[in-house]
Amino acid sequence: MSGELRAHAAYVLLLAFLLTASTLLVRKLDRLREDQPLLEVLYIPSPKVVKRMSLGYTGLLADVYWTRVVQYFGHRHKAKTKHYLLLEPLLDMTTTLDPQLLPAYQFGSVFLSQKPPEGAGDPEAAARLVEKGIAENPTAWRLYYDLGYIYWLELKDPLRASKTFDKGSKIPGAQPWMGVMAALLAGHAGETDTAVYMWTNILNSTEDKNLRDNASKRLLCLRVDTEVKSLQTRVDEFATRAGRHPQGWRELIAAGLLRGVPADPEGRPYKLAEGRVEVAEPDRFPFITRGLPSGAQAKDVPIYGL
Amino acid sequence: MIGRLWAIAVNTFREAVRDRVLYNLILFALLIVGASIIFGQVSIAINRIVLINLGLTAISLFGIVIAIFIGIGLVSKEMERRTLYTVLAARPVRRWEFLTGKFLGLVMTLVVNALLMSVGFFAALLYVSRGLGRGDLQLVTAIYFILLEFVLITALALLFSTFSTPVFSSIFAFALFAIGTFAEDFRGIASMAEGSSRWVMTAAAYLVPNFASLNVISQVAHDTPVEPQLILWNTAYVAVYTAAMLTASVWIFGRRNLK
Repeated sequence: MSGELRAHAAYVLLLAFLLTASTLLVRKLDRLREDQPLLEVLYIPSPKVVKRMSLGYTGLLADVYWTRVVQYFGHRHKAKTKHYLLLEPLLDMTTTLDPQLLPAYQFGSVFLSQKPPEGAGDPEAAARLVEKGIAENPTAWRLYYDLGYIYWLELKDPLRASKTFDKGSKIPGAQPWMGVMAALLAGHAGETDTAVYMWTNILNSTEDKNLRDNASKRLLCLRVDTEVKSLQTRVDEFATRAGRHPQGWRELIAAGLLRGVPADPEGRPYKLAEGRVEVAEPDRFPFITRGLPSGAQAKDVPIYGL
Repeated sequence: MIGRLWAIAVNTFREAVRDRVLYNLILFALLIVGASIIFGQVSIAINRIVLINLGLTAISLFGIVIAIFIGIGLVSKEMERRTLYTVLAARPVRRWEFLTGKFLGLVMTLVVNALLMSVGFFAALLYVSRGLGRGDLQLVTAIYFILLEFVLITALALLFSTFSTPVFSSIFAFALFAIGTFAEDFRGIASMAEGSSRWVMTAAAYLVPNFASLNVISQVAHDTPVEPQLILWNTAYVAVYTAAMLTASVWIFGRRNLK
Protein backbone atom coordinates (compact mmCIF):
# COMPACT_ATOMS: atom_id res chain seq x y z
CA MET A 1 0.00 0.00 0.00
CA SER A 2 1.45 3.36 -0.98
CA GLY A 3 1.91 6.13 1.58
CA GLU A 4 -0.88 8.21 0.04
CA LEU A 5 -3.35 5.32 0.16
CA ARG A 6 -2.42 4.64 3.76
CA ALA A 7 -3.08 8.27 4.62
CA HIS A 8 -6.52 8.16 2.94
CA ALA A 9 -7.38 4.94 4.76
CA ALA A 10 -6.34 6.53 8.05
CA TYR A 11 -8.57 9.57 7.38
CA VAL A 12 -11.53 7.35 6.50
CA LEU A 13 -11.07 5.24 9.62
CA LEU A 14 -10.68 8.28 11.86
CA LEU A 15 -13.77 9.94 10.34
CA ALA A 16 -15.82 6.75 10.71
CA PHE A 17 -14.73 6.44 14.33
CA LEU A 18 -15.54 10.08 15.16
CA LEU A 19 -18.92 10.03 13.43
CA THR A 20 -19.87 6.77 15.17
CA ALA A 21 -18.84 8.30 18.49
CA SER A 22 -20.88 11.44 17.76
CA THR A 23 -23.93 9.28 16.89
CA LEU A 24 -23.61 7.45 20.20
CA LEU A 25 -23.32 10.77 22.01
CA VAL A 26 -26.46 12.09 20.30
CA ARG A 27 -28.31 8.96 21.44
CA LYS A 28 -27.06 9.59 24.97
CA LEU A 29 -28.21 13.23 24.76
CA ASP A 30 -31.62 12.16 23.45
CA ARG A 31 -32.06 9.75 26.35
CA LEU A 32 -30.97 12.42 28.78
CA ARG A 33 -33.46 14.95 27.42
CA GLU A 34 -36.19 12.31 27.32
CA ASP A 35 -35.62 11.54 31.02
CA GLN A 36 -35.85 15.19 31.93
CA PRO A 37 -39.17 16.18 33.46
CA LEU A 38 -41.19 17.19 30.42
CA LEU A 39 -41.76 20.88 30.62
CA GLU A 40 -45.45 21.62 30.76
CA VAL A 41 -45.01 25.04 29.27
CA LEU A 42 -45.38 26.45 25.78
CA TYR A 43 -42.80 29.16 25.32
CA ILE A 44 -44.82 30.89 22.63
CA PRO A 45 -48.40 30.19 23.61
CA SER A 46 -50.07 32.25 20.91
CA PRO A 47 -50.71 30.41 17.62
CA LYS A 48 -51.15 33.76 15.89
CA VAL A 49 -47.70 34.93 16.98
CA VAL A 50 -46.13 31.66 15.81
CA LYS A 51 -47.98 32.00 12.51
CA ARG A 52 -46.53 35.47 11.95
CA MET A 53 -43.09 34.33 12.98
CA SER A 54 -43.18 31.47 10.48
CA LEU A 55 -42.75 33.99 7.63
CA GLY A 56 -45.35 32.15 5.57
CA TYR A 57 -43.86 28.67 6.01
CA THR A 58 -46.89 27.65 8.02
CA GLY A 59 -47.32 24.24 6.40
CA LEU A 60 -43.87 23.05 7.38
CA LEU A 61 -44.20 24.47 10.87
CA ALA A 62 -47.60 22.79 11.29
CA ASP A 63 -46.00 19.47 10.33
CA VAL A 64 -43.30 20.04 12.93
CA TYR A 65 -45.91 20.86 15.57
CA TRP A 66 -48.01 17.83 14.62
CA THR A 67 -44.92 15.64 15.05
CA ARG A 68 -44.46 17.24 18.45
CA VAL A 69 -48.08 16.46 19.36
CA VAL A 70 -47.54 12.81 18.49
CA GLN A 71 -44.27 12.65 20.41
CA TYR A 72 -45.71 14.52 23.41
CA PHE A 73 -48.72 12.21 23.51
CA GLY A 74 -46.49 9.14 23.04
CA HIS A 75 -44.13 10.13 25.85
CA ARG A 76 -46.92 10.98 28.27
CA HIS A 77 -48.85 7.85 27.36
CA LYS A 78 -45.76 5.70 27.88
CA ALA A 79 -45.24 7.32 31.28
CA LYS A 80 -48.90 6.48 32.12
CA THR A 81 -49.46 10.06 33.17
CA LYS A 82 -52.87 11.47 33.90
CA HIS A 83 -52.00 14.99 32.80
CA TYR A 84 -51.71 16.14 29.21
CA LEU A 85 -51.60 19.87 29.85
CA LEU A 86 -49.91 20.82 26.58
CA LEU A 87 -52.01 18.61 24.34
CA GLU A 88 -54.83 21.04 23.60
CA PRO A 89 -52.59 24.12 23.08
CA LEU A 90 -50.25 22.13 20.85
CA LEU A 91 -53.17 20.91 18.76
CA ASP A 92 -54.56 24.43 18.59
CA MET A 93 -51.15 25.64 17.40
CA THR A 94 -50.93 22.90 14.77
CA THR A 95 -54.41 23.47 13.37
CA THR A 96 -54.05 27.25 13.38
CA LEU A 97 -50.84 26.95 11.37
CA ASP A 98 -52.44 24.52 8.93
CA PRO A 99 -56.24 24.47 9.25
CA GLN A 100 -56.46 21.82 6.50
CA LEU A 101 -54.36 19.25 8.38
CA LEU A 102 -57.23 16.78 8.89
CA PRO A 103 -55.26 14.07 10.78
CA ALA A 104 -54.58 16.63 13.51
CA TYR A 105 -58.33 16.97 14.14
CA GLN A 106 -59.11 13.28 13.75
CA PHE A 107 -56.34 11.77 15.86
CA GLY A 108 -56.00 14.83 18.09
CA SER A 109 -59.63 14.53 19.18
CA VAL A 110 -59.04 10.89 20.08
CA PHE A 111 -55.96 11.80 22.13
CA LEU A 112 -57.98 14.49 23.91
CA SER A 113 -61.17 12.53 24.55
CA GLN A 114 -59.86 9.17 25.81
CA LYS A 115 -59.87 8.93 29.57
CA PRO A 116 -56.52 9.00 31.45
CA PRO A 117 -54.07 7.35 31.21
CA GLU A 118 -55.06 6.61 27.61
CA GLY A 119 -55.67 10.27 26.87
CA ALA A 120 -56.43 13.66 28.33
CA GLY A 121 -60.02 12.75 29.29
CA ASP A 122 -61.34 16.04 27.97
CA PRO A 123 -64.16 15.31 25.50
CA GLU A 124 -65.27 18.96 25.52
CA ALA A 125 -61.82 19.99 24.25
CA ALA A 126 -62.00 17.19 21.68
CA ALA A 127 -65.38 18.46 20.48
CA ARG A 128 -64.04 22.03 20.28
CA LEU A 129 -61.11 20.85 18.17
CA VAL A 130 -63.31 18.97 15.69
CA GLU A 131 -65.81 21.86 15.56
CA LYS A 132 -62.88 24.10 14.60
CA GLY A 133 -61.93 21.54 11.96
CA ILE A 134 -65.45 21.53 10.53
CA ALA A 135 -65.51 25.34 10.44
CA GLU A 136 -62.25 25.28 8.45
CA ASN A 137 -63.11 22.23 6.33
CA PRO A 138 -66.87 22.17 5.87
CA THR A 139 -66.71 19.54 3.13
CA ALA A 140 -64.76 16.96 5.19
CA TRP A 141 -67.56 14.49 6.06
CA ARG A 142 -65.16 12.42 8.15
CA LEU A 143 -64.94 15.25 10.72
CA TYR A 144 -68.71 15.11 11.21
CA TYR A 145 -68.33 11.43 11.97
CA ASP A 146 -65.59 12.23 14.54
CA LEU A 147 -67.72 14.92 16.16
CA GLY A 148 -70.84 12.74 16.19
CA TYR A 149 -68.85 9.98 17.80
CA ILE A 150 -67.67 12.33 20.58
CA TYR A 151 -71.20 13.63 21.21
CA TRP A 152 -72.61 10.11 21.24
CA LEU A 153 -70.20 8.15 23.39
CA GLU A 154 -68.09 10.68 25.22
CA LEU A 155 -70.59 13.41 25.96
CA LYS A 156 -73.61 11.01 26.05
CA ASP A 157 -75.71 13.23 23.82
CA PRO A 158 -77.22 10.91 21.17
CA LEU A 159 -79.59 13.57 19.83
CA ARG A 160 -76.77 16.00 19.06
CA ALA A 161 -74.76 13.11 17.67
CA SER A 162 -77.64 12.13 15.41
CA LYS A 163 -77.89 15.67 14.05
CA THR A 164 -74.14 15.75 13.43
CA PHE A 165 -74.13 12.40 11.60
CA ASP A 166 -77.12 13.61 9.59
CA LYS A 167 -75.33 16.84 8.58
CA GLY A 168 -72.23 14.89 7.60
CA SER A 169 -74.24 12.37 5.56
CA LYS A 170 -75.42 15.18 3.27
CA ILE A 171 -71.90 16.14 2.24
CA PRO A 172 -70.97 14.86 -1.23
CA GLY A 173 -68.78 11.78 -0.92
CA ALA A 174 -69.97 10.86 2.59
CA GLN A 175 -70.35 7.16 3.32
CA PRO A 176 -74.01 6.04 3.19
CA TRP A 177 -73.77 4.56 6.70
CA MET A 178 -73.47 8.06 8.14
CA GLY A 179 -77.19 8.56 7.41
CA VAL A 180 -78.00 5.18 8.95
CA MET A 181 -76.04 6.11 12.07
CA ALA A 182 -78.09 9.32 12.33
CA ALA A 183 -81.33 7.33 12.06
CA LEU A 184 -80.23 4.67 14.57
CA LEU A 185 -79.25 7.26 17.14
CA ALA A 186 -82.40 9.29 16.59
CA GLY A 187 -84.40 6.08 17.14
CA HIS A 188 -82.47 5.24 20.34
CA ALA A 189 -81.26 1.89 19.04
CA GLY A 190 -79.30 -0.33 21.45
CA GLU A 191 -75.78 0.97 21.99
CA THR A 192 -74.12 -2.35 21.17
CA ASP A 193 -76.07 -2.83 17.93
CA THR A 194 -75.20 0.69 16.81
CA ALA A 195 -71.56 0.17 17.72
CA VAL A 196 -71.41 -3.11 15.78
CA TYR A 197 -72.95 -1.35 12.81
CA MET A 198 -70.46 1.54 13.04
CA TRP A 199 -67.33 -0.61 13.37
CA THR A 200 -68.41 -2.95 10.59
CA ASN A 201 -68.79 0.04 8.29
CA ILE A 202 -65.44 1.46 9.33
CA LEU A 203 -63.81 -1.92 8.70
CA ASN A 204 -65.33 -2.10 5.23
CA SER A 205 -64.72 1.49 4.22
CA THR A 206 -61.16 2.25 5.29
CA GLU A 207 -57.82 1.31 3.76
CA ASP A 208 -55.89 2.43 6.83
CA LYS A 209 -54.29 -0.65 8.41
CA ASN A 210 -54.37 0.74 11.95
CA LEU A 211 -58.04 1.64 11.68
CA ARG A 212 -58.89 -1.76 10.18
CA ASP A 213 -57.01 -3.65 12.91
CA ASN A 214 -58.68 -1.52 15.54
CA ALA A 215 -62.14 -2.04 14.03
CA SER A 216 -61.59 -5.82 13.91
CA LYS A 217 -60.51 -5.86 17.53
CA ARG A 218 -63.51 -3.76 18.54
CA LEU A 219 -65.90 -6.07 16.74
CA LEU A 220 -64.37 -9.12 18.48
CA CYS A 221 -64.78 -7.42 21.84
CA LEU A 222 -68.37 -6.49 21.08
CA ARG A 223 -68.99 -10.14 20.13
CA VAL A 224 -67.53 -11.26 23.46
CA ASP A 225 -69.76 -8.76 25.29
CA THR A 226 -72.84 -10.06 23.46
CA GLU A 227 -71.92 -13.72 24.09
CA VAL A 228 -71.18 -13.16 27.78
CA LYS A 229 -74.50 -11.34 28.19
CA SER A 230 -76.39 -14.21 26.55
CA LEU A 231 -74.53 -16.87 28.56
CA GLN A 232 -75.12 -14.99 31.82
CA THR A 233 -78.87 -14.99 31.11
CA ARG A 234 -78.77 -18.80 30.78
CA VAL A 235 -76.67 -19.23 33.91
CA ASP A 236 -79.15 -17.05 35.83
CA GLU A 237 -82.04 -19.09 34.45
CA PHE A 238 -80.38 -22.28 35.68
CA ALA A 239 -79.87 -20.72 39.10
CA THR A 240 -83.53 -19.71 39.27
CA ARG A 241 -84.64 -23.23 38.31
CA ALA A 242 -82.17 -25.17 40.48
CA GLY A 243 -81.92 -22.75 43.39
CA ARG A 244 -78.11 -22.84 43.19
CA HIS A 245 -75.25 -21.77 40.89
CA PRO A 246 -74.25 -24.32 38.25
CA GLN A 247 -70.94 -26.13 39.00
CA GLY A 248 -69.89 -26.13 35.38
CA TRP A 249 -71.05 -25.88 31.77
CA ARG A 250 -71.99 -29.63 31.77
CA GLU A 251 -74.91 -28.89 34.05
CA LEU A 252 -76.26 -26.25 31.67
CA ILE A 253 -75.83 -28.62 28.73
CA ALA A 254 -77.63 -31.38 30.67
CA ALA A 255 -80.43 -28.93 31.50
CA GLY A 256 -80.84 -28.18 27.77
CA LEU A 257 -79.77 -24.54 28.16
CA LEU A 258 -76.62 -24.98 26.05
CA ARG A 259 -75.58 -27.28 23.21
CA GLY A 260 -71.87 -27.43 24.07
CA VAL A 261 -69.10 -25.77 26.07
CA PRO A 262 -69.13 -22.12 24.96
CA ALA A 263 -65.83 -20.60 23.73
CA ASP A 264 -64.68 -17.04 23.02
CA PRO A 265 -63.90 -15.89 19.44
CA GLU A 266 -60.34 -17.21 19.81
CA GLY A 267 -61.54 -20.67 20.87
CA ARG A 268 -60.84 -20.52 24.63
CA PRO A 269 -63.75 -21.85 26.73
CA TYR A 270 -65.51 -19.25 28.88
CA LYS A 271 -65.10 -19.79 32.62
CA LEU A 272 -67.89 -20.16 35.12
CA ALA A 273 -67.07 -18.86 38.61
CA GLU A 274 -69.81 -18.92 41.25
CA GLY A 275 -72.54 -18.08 38.83
CA ARG A 276 -70.52 -15.53 36.88
CA VAL A 277 -69.46 -15.95 33.26
CA GLU A 278 -65.83 -14.89 32.75
CA VAL A 279 -63.45 -14.63 29.84
CA ALA A 280 -60.45 -16.99 30.19
CA GLU A 281 -57.85 -14.43 29.09
CA PRO A 282 -59.33 -10.94 29.32
CA ASP A 283 -56.07 -9.33 28.14
CA ARG A 284 -56.75 -10.80 24.71
CA PHE A 285 -59.90 -8.62 24.51
CA PRO A 286 -58.81 -5.20 25.78
CA PHE A 287 -62.12 -3.39 25.23
CA ILE A 288 -64.66 -5.79 26.75
CA THR A 289 -67.04 -4.53 29.41
CA ARG A 290 -68.49 -7.93 30.40
CA GLY A 291 -66.90 -11.23 31.49
CA LEU A 292 -64.03 -9.59 33.34
CA PRO A 293 -62.66 -11.36 36.45
CA SER A 294 -64.42 -10.47 39.69
CA GLY A 295 -63.22 -7.10 40.96
CA ALA A 296 -61.66 -6.07 37.65
CA GLN A 297 -62.99 -3.01 35.91
CA ALA A 298 -63.46 -2.32 32.24
CA LYS A 299 -60.69 -0.18 30.82
CA ASP A 300 -61.28 3.52 30.90
CA VAL A 301 -61.35 3.52 27.13
CA PRO A 302 -64.92 3.10 25.99
CA ILE A 303 -65.38 -0.01 23.90
CA TYR A 304 -66.23 2.11 20.93
CA GLY A 305 -63.27 4.46 21.12
CA LEU A 306 -60.47 4.42 18.57
CA MET B 1 3.91 23.16 16.64
CA ILE B 2 1.91 24.90 19.38
CA GLY B 3 3.81 28.11 18.63
CA ARG B 4 2.84 27.91 14.95
CA LEU B 5 -0.81 27.16 15.79
CA TRP B 6 -0.90 30.07 18.22
CA ALA B 7 0.67 32.44 15.69
CA ILE B 8 -1.94 31.54 13.02
CA ALA B 9 -4.77 31.75 15.55
CA VAL B 10 -3.69 35.19 16.81
CA ASN B 11 -3.25 36.40 13.25
CA THR B 12 -6.78 35.21 12.36
CA PHE B 13 -8.15 36.98 15.44
CA ARG B 14 -6.36 40.23 14.49
CA GLU B 15 -7.69 40.01 10.96
CA ALA B 16 -11.25 39.57 12.22
CA VAL B 17 -10.88 42.59 14.52
CA ARG B 18 -9.45 44.57 11.61
CA ASP B 19 -12.54 43.55 9.63
CA ARG B 20 -14.56 45.51 12.21
CA VAL B 21 -16.33 42.37 13.37
CA LEU B 22 -16.67 43.74 16.86
CA TYR B 23 -18.79 46.62 15.53
CA ASN B 24 -21.79 44.32 15.96
CA LEU B 25 -21.35 44.84 19.69
CA ILE B 26 -22.66 48.39 19.35
CA LEU B 27 -25.73 47.14 17.53
CA PHE B 28 -26.16 44.46 20.17
CA ALA B 29 -25.89 46.96 23.01
CA LEU B 30 -28.48 49.21 21.39
CA LEU B 31 -30.80 46.26 20.82
CA ILE B 32 -30.56 45.05 24.41
CA VAL B 33 -30.93 48.47 26.02
CA GLY B 34 -33.78 49.40 23.67
CA ALA B 35 -35.59 46.11 24.24
CA SER B 36 -35.28 46.25 28.00
CA ILE B 37 -36.71 49.78 28.06
CA ILE B 38 -39.51 49.12 25.55
CA PHE B 39 -40.63 45.81 27.02
CA GLY B 40 -40.43 47.23 30.49
CA GLN B 41 -42.98 49.82 29.41
CA VAL B 42 -45.36 47.76 27.29
CA SER B 43 -45.50 44.34 28.93
CA ILE B 44 -46.58 42.92 32.24
CA ALA B 45 -44.41 40.46 34.13
CA ILE B 46 -42.45 39.20 31.14
CA ASN B 47 -39.85 41.92 30.63
CA ARG B 48 -37.16 39.78 32.29
CA ILE B 49 -38.13 36.73 30.21
CA VAL B 50 -38.15 38.80 27.02
CA LEU B 51 -34.77 40.28 27.85
CA ILE B 52 -33.25 36.84 28.44
CA ASN B 53 -34.81 35.37 25.29
CA LEU B 54 -33.87 38.34 23.16
CA GLY B 55 -30.40 38.82 24.63
CA LEU B 56 -29.29 35.19 24.41
CA THR B 57 -30.88 34.72 20.99
CA ALA B 58 -29.06 37.82 19.74
CA ILE B 59 -25.73 36.57 21.14
CA SER B 60 -26.32 33.23 19.46
CA LEU B 61 -27.48 34.55 16.07
CA PHE B 62 -24.85 37.31 15.84
CA GLY B 63 -22.17 34.73 16.58
CA ILE B 64 -23.55 32.20 14.11
CA VAL B 65 -23.66 34.80 11.34
CA ILE B 66 -20.12 35.97 12.12
CA ALA B 67 -18.85 32.38 12.33
CA ILE B 68 -20.31 31.53 8.94
CA PHE B 69 -19.28 34.68 7.10
CA ILE B 70 -15.75 34.71 8.43
CA GLY B 71 -15.44 30.91 8.47
CA ILE B 72 -16.24 30.50 4.78
CA GLY B 73 -13.53 33.00 3.88
CA LEU B 74 -10.80 31.51 6.04
CA VAL B 75 -9.36 29.40 3.25
CA SER B 76 -10.91 30.87 0.11
CA LYS B 77 -9.75 34.42 0.90
CA GLU B 78 -6.16 33.27 1.28
CA MET B 79 -6.43 31.38 -1.99
CA GLU B 80 -7.91 34.39 -3.78
CA ARG B 81 -5.14 36.66 -2.51
CA ARG B 82 -2.61 34.01 -3.50
CA THR B 83 -1.11 34.25 -0.01
CA LEU B 84 -1.88 30.68 0.95
CA TYR B 85 0.81 29.06 -1.15
CA THR B 86 3.32 31.58 0.12
CA VAL B 87 2.43 30.82 3.72
CA LEU B 88 2.58 27.07 3.27
CA ALA B 89 5.61 26.97 1.00
CA ALA B 90 7.78 29.68 2.51
CA ARG B 91 7.18 28.88 6.16
CA PRO B 92 7.41 25.64 8.11
CA VAL B 93 3.65 25.37 8.45
CA ARG B 94 1.79 22.17 7.65
CA ARG B 95 -1.63 22.29 6.05
CA TRP B 96 -3.40 20.82 9.08
CA GLU B 97 -1.66 23.37 11.32
CA PHE B 98 -2.82 26.17 9.06
CA LEU B 99 -6.43 24.95 9.16
CA THR B 100 -6.46 24.24 12.89
CA GLY B 101 -4.86 27.60 13.61
CA LYS B 102 -7.48 29.38 11.50
CA PHE B 103 -10.20 27.46 13.30
CA LEU B 104 -8.83 28.36 16.74
CA GLY B 105 -8.42 31.99 15.73
CA LEU B 106 -12.02 32.30 14.68
CA VAL B 107 -13.28 30.51 17.77
CA MET B 108 -11.18 32.92 19.85
CA THR B 109 -12.79 35.87 18.05
CA LEU B 110 -16.26 34.49 18.68
CA VAL B 111 -15.55 33.77 22.34
CA VAL B 112 -14.28 37.33 22.94
CA ASN B 113 -17.24 38.70 21.02
CA ALA B 114 -19.73 36.60 23.01
CA LEU B 115 -18.11 37.44 26.33
CA LEU B 116 -18.30 41.16 25.61
CA MET B 117 -21.94 40.82 24.57
CA SER B 118 -22.59 38.79 27.74
CA VAL B 119 -21.25 41.65 29.85
CA GLY B 120 -23.75 43.97 28.12
CA PHE B 121 -26.50 41.40 28.56
CA PHE B 122 -25.89 40.97 32.29
CA ALA B 123 -25.72 44.74 32.72
CA ALA B 124 -29.15 45.08 31.10
CA LEU B 125 -30.47 42.22 33.22
CA LEU B 126 -29.14 43.87 36.34
CA TYR B 127 -30.97 47.05 35.35
CA VAL B 128 -34.26 45.22 34.68
CA SER B 129 -34.17 42.80 37.64
CA ARG B 130 -32.58 45.24 40.10
CA GLY B 131 -30.09 42.52 41.06
CA LEU B 132 -28.80 39.09 40.13
CA GLY B 133 -29.53 35.86 42.02
CA ARG B 134 -28.06 32.36 42.18
CA GLY B 135 -30.65 31.21 39.66
CA ASP B 136 -29.00 33.47 37.10
CA LEU B 137 -26.06 31.04 37.01
CA GLN B 138 -28.22 29.01 34.61
CA LEU B 139 -27.73 31.87 32.16
CA VAL B 140 -23.99 31.20 32.18
CA THR B 141 -24.74 27.60 31.17
CA ALA B 142 -26.87 28.86 28.29
CA ILE B 143 -24.01 31.15 27.18
CA TYR B 144 -21.58 28.23 27.43
CA PHE B 145 -23.88 26.20 25.14
CA ILE B 146 -23.95 29.14 22.72
CA LEU B 147 -20.14 29.05 22.65
CA LEU B 148 -20.35 25.33 21.84
CA GLU B 149 -22.68 26.23 18.96
CA PHE B 150 -20.03 28.61 17.65
CA VAL B 151 -17.37 25.90 17.79
CA LEU B 152 -19.62 23.55 15.82
CA ILE B 153 -20.66 26.07 13.17
CA THR B 154 -17.07 27.32 12.74
CA ALA B 155 -15.91 23.75 12.06
CA LEU B 156 -18.72 23.33 9.50
CA ALA B 157 -17.97 26.64 7.76
CA LEU B 158 -14.30 25.74 7.63
CA LEU B 159 -15.11 22.33 6.13
CA PHE B 160 -17.19 23.88 3.36
CA SER B 161 -14.61 26.55 2.68
CA THR B 162 -12.05 23.85 1.86
CA PHE B 163 -13.90 22.67 -1.23
CA SER B 164 -16.62 25.17 -2.17
CA THR B 165 -17.08 28.80 -3.12
CA PRO B 166 -17.88 31.31 -0.36
CA VAL B 167 -21.50 31.72 -1.53
CA PHE B 168 -22.23 28.01 -1.58
CA SER B 169 -20.30 27.46 1.64
CA SER B 170 -22.48 29.99 3.43
CA ILE B 171 -25.65 28.42 2.01
CA PHE B 172 -24.53 24.95 3.10
CA ALA B 173 -23.54 26.16 6.55
CA PHE B 174 -26.82 28.04 7.12
CA ALA B 175 -28.82 25.07 5.83
CA LEU B 176 -27.04 22.67 8.17
CA PHE B 177 -27.54 25.06 11.06
CA ALA B 178 -31.29 25.20 10.31
CA ILE B 179 -31.53 21.42 9.93
CA GLY B 180 -29.44 20.88 13.06
CA THR B 181 -31.78 23.15 15.02
CA PHE B 182 -34.60 20.74 14.20
CA ALA B 183 -32.37 17.66 14.66
CA GLU B 184 -34.58 16.17 17.38
CA ASP B 185 -37.71 16.51 15.26
CA PHE B 186 -35.80 15.10 12.32
CA ARG B 187 -34.89 12.02 14.37
CA GLY B 188 -38.50 11.76 15.55
CA ILE B 189 -39.75 11.83 11.96
CA ALA B 190 -37.08 9.30 10.92
CA SER B 191 -38.20 6.90 13.65
CA MET B 192 -41.72 6.98 12.22
CA ALA B 193 -40.61 6.15 8.67
CA GLU B 194 -40.77 2.59 7.41
CA GLY B 195 -38.60 0.30 5.30
CA SER B 196 -35.35 1.41 3.71
CA SER B 197 -36.26 5.10 3.94
CA ARG B 198 -36.18 4.69 7.73
CA TRP B 199 -32.51 3.65 7.60
CA VAL B 200 -31.54 6.43 5.22
CA MET B 201 -33.42 9.07 7.23
CA THR B 202 -32.09 7.81 10.55
CA ALA B 203 -28.50 7.84 9.28
CA ALA B 204 -28.97 11.38 7.93
CA ALA B 205 -30.67 12.49 11.16
CA TYR B 206 -27.70 11.34 13.23
CA LEU B 207 -25.08 12.74 10.88
CA VAL B 208 -26.40 16.31 10.83
CA PRO B 209 -25.01 18.49 13.63
CA ASN B 210 -27.17 18.32 16.73
CA PHE B 211 -27.83 21.96 17.59
CA ALA B 212 -31.13 21.08 19.26
CA SER B 213 -29.69 20.02 22.61
CA LEU B 214 -27.46 23.12 22.70
CA ASN B 215 -30.36 25.54 22.81
CA VAL B 216 -31.60 25.98 26.38
CA ILE B 217 -32.46 29.67 26.09
CA SER B 218 -36.20 29.26 26.65
CA GLN B 219 -35.55 26.84 29.47
CA VAL B 220 -33.31 29.22 31.43
CA ALA B 221 -35.64 32.13 30.69
CA HIS B 222 -38.24 30.19 32.70
CA ASP B 223 -35.73 29.45 35.49
CA THR B 224 -35.77 25.73 34.71
CA PRO B 225 -32.45 24.21 35.77
CA VAL B 226 -30.15 22.64 33.20
CA GLU B 227 -29.01 19.12 34.07
CA PRO B 228 -25.25 18.98 34.82
CA GLN B 229 -25.09 15.79 32.73
CA LEU B 230 -26.34 17.75 29.74
CA ILE B 231 -23.36 20.08 30.07
CA LEU B 232 -20.99 17.10 30.14
CA TRP B 233 -22.49 15.23 27.18
CA ASN B 234 -22.99 18.34 25.07
CA THR B 235 -19.34 19.22 25.58
CA ALA B 236 -18.26 15.69 24.63
CA TYR B 237 -20.52 15.73 21.57
CA VAL B 238 -19.23 19.09 20.30
CA ALA B 239 -15.61 17.98 20.85
CA VAL B 240 -16.11 14.75 18.90
CA TYR B 241 -18.21 16.25 16.09
CA THR B 242 -15.81 19.16 15.70
CA ALA B 243 -12.90 16.72 15.54
CA ALA B 244 -14.74 14.84 12.79
CA MET B 245 -15.34 18.04 10.78
CA LEU B 246 -11.73 19.16 11.22
CA THR B 247 -10.49 15.71 10.14
CA ALA B 248 -12.64 15.93 7.00
CA SER B 249 -11.41 19.51 6.36
CA VAL B 250 -7.76 18.52 6.72
CA TRP B 251 -8.29 15.50 4.46
CA ILE B 252 -9.93 17.55 1.70
CA PHE B 253 -7.54 20.48 2.08
CA GLY B 254 -4.57 18.12 1.93
CA ARG B 255 -5.61 16.96 -1.53
CA ARG B 256 -6.09 20.43 -3.02
CA ASN B 257 -3.65 21.87 -5.48
CA LEU B 258 -2.84 25.33 -4.16
CA LYS B 259 -0.55 26.54 -6.95
